[in-house]
Amino acid sequence: MRIVAKDLTYTYNPKSPFASQALKGVDIVIEEGEFFGIIGHTGSGKSTFVQHLNALIKLTGGSLTVGDYDLSDKKCKFLELRSKVGMVFQYPEYQLFAETVEKDVMFGLKNFHKGMAEEEMKAAVKEAIGRVDLDYEDVKDKSPFELSGGQRRRVAIAGVIVTRPEILILDEPAAGLDPLGKKEIMQLLHAIHGSWCKTVVIVSHDMDEIAENCTRAAVFSEGKVVMEDTPAEIFKRSDELISLGLDIPVTAKCARVMKERGIEIDTDFTCDDFIAKTLALWKGQGGGNAQ
Amino acid sequence: MLNDVTFGQYYPTKSFVHNMDPRAKIVFIIAYIVAIFLADNFFALAAVTLFLIVAVLFSRVPFGRVLRSVKMILFLIIFTAILNLFFYSSSEELHMIWEWKFISVSWEAIINMIFLAFRLFLLVMGTSILTLTTTPVALTDGIESLLTPLKWIRLPVHELALIMSIALRFIPTLMDETNRIVAAQKARGANFETGGLIKRAKAVVPILIPLLVSAFRRAEDLGDAMDARCYSGAKGRTKYKKLTFTWRDLIGLLLFAALIAGVVLLNTYLGGKFEIIGYFVK
Repeated sequence: MRIVAKDLTYTYNPKSPFASQALKGVDIVIEEGEFFGIIGHTGSGKSTFVQHLNALIKLTGGSLTVGDYDLSDKKCKFLELRSKVGMVFQYPEYQLFAETVEKDVMFGLKNFHKGMAEEEMKAAVKEAIGRVDLDYEDVKDKSPFELSGGQRRRVAIAGVIVTRPEILILDEPAAGLDPLGKKEIMQLLHAIHGSWCKTVVIVSHDMDEIAENCTRAAVFSEGKVVMEDTPAEIFKRSDELISLGLDIPVTAKCARVMKERGIEIDTDFTCDDFIAKTLALWKGQGGGNAQ
Repeated sequence: MLNDVTFGQYYPTKSFVHNMDPRAKIVFIIAYIVAIFLADNFFALAAVTLFLIVAVLFSRVPFGRVLRSVKMILFLIIFTAILNLFFYSSSEELHMIWEWKFISVSWEAIINMIFLAFRLFLLVMGTSILTLTTTPVALTDGIESLLTPLKWIRLPVHELALIMSIALRFIPTLMDETNRIVAAQKARGANFETGGLIKRAKAVVPILIPLLVSAFRRAEDLGDAMDARCYSGAKGRTKYKKLTFTWRDLIGLLLFAALIAGVVLLNTYLGGKFEIIGYFVK
């Protein structure tokens, strides 16, 4: 499903002294099959934007279509849309509530597919728990509160992907995890992207995460999209990002330092590529015996 | 969904009333409420109203903002007014206008209704000036200070005040949390808007449990943080913001004394509220 937003606007608490315009005309196109990144400050409107995608926030200005669903149409089947567009919020482990992991993961299925047989649901839950690399037999009867933080996050993700959404949106999926946990979650998302969900959209302010993982990204600032491009192109404009008060990936920081010393490097800012290009450059200048 | 509930409706601006000592303001509000219920004729009530208007002007809070607080209990006012209009009874003889079985309307009932509605109106307006001009923290500080004498009967005043300020502090936080959890469950297809009573009550469980868990988590964190900073209760504790009684509070106090005295005088010399009926009914 393709996401097309045109001139999207949204104001919180309209007509009150606390009114604040979160979106000031957002234009964005996310193609099917992308691993899309959304970058921006707190309050830049990125969370407001993603909550529009499955109609958690009702459209008030502009137009938005997700696949065949026109969200400006009041007759749009919102429940159906929500089963097609999965949303994993920040710290999703805090939304778990059922007595067992199995019941919690089943919650979405029960809501979306009311007529589904119990056996069929259990099979789907088993598959989803397997998909997030947890042992179904081991965890299914445990309380979600018995699990570790990382496991709980996986359970929460399983609870969203169990309905097989075509688009999966994640708000800061790796927030609060240690470096290894972050790496594992991102690997998991790539695996889901390749098999279950055609499109993955992540909201993040970890620039390394964006540079490493995304096919394309958009930079939000003060309710507008200021850049929309591949990470390689976006991080070439690191000066602009810094002037917007945003961070840049480690690789881009290194590239800047090298540029100051007169060394230009053409990289896509992923770690592997950066190291390979730097090594090549170093070897080319007689850098010694590097393997 | 829950954004409409503005709790702790403090209106930040600088004014005479804002700068007053919260203790003085609390005492004034009590005096004001006494005055409202002492007032027994229209003149006395007018005096209280005049006082309210002066207070609003001095607080520099827009009049519409103060009126908005009445909107919340408008239903209550109308409901009690209607009940009073139709079911008023008294040991004295009433000037009847209309009667039907046990329902009746009398001149006395109409007057009583106006009085009641107006008193409620004044009550809410007055108390909302207090909350509009005083931060919740100042308010609890004031209450704590006023309750200090109760320490003599072993009432843990400081702890009670602390509980109150923590509760106030966490209302917006838990409100945000609720909104987030509601959104997350909605994204998983939860439906809170339709269905019967039982179905809706059941739909609350996926919100309530995570909310409760997170409230306990926060409470534990807060307790640890307080321990880490060696919090040990009221003993030997000093205040960051000391409350001081100033000339403003003295002026206010005198004005309030004048109000109560005025209301009592107007009551005694200008007769009861029902005397006005004489002008309509011979």
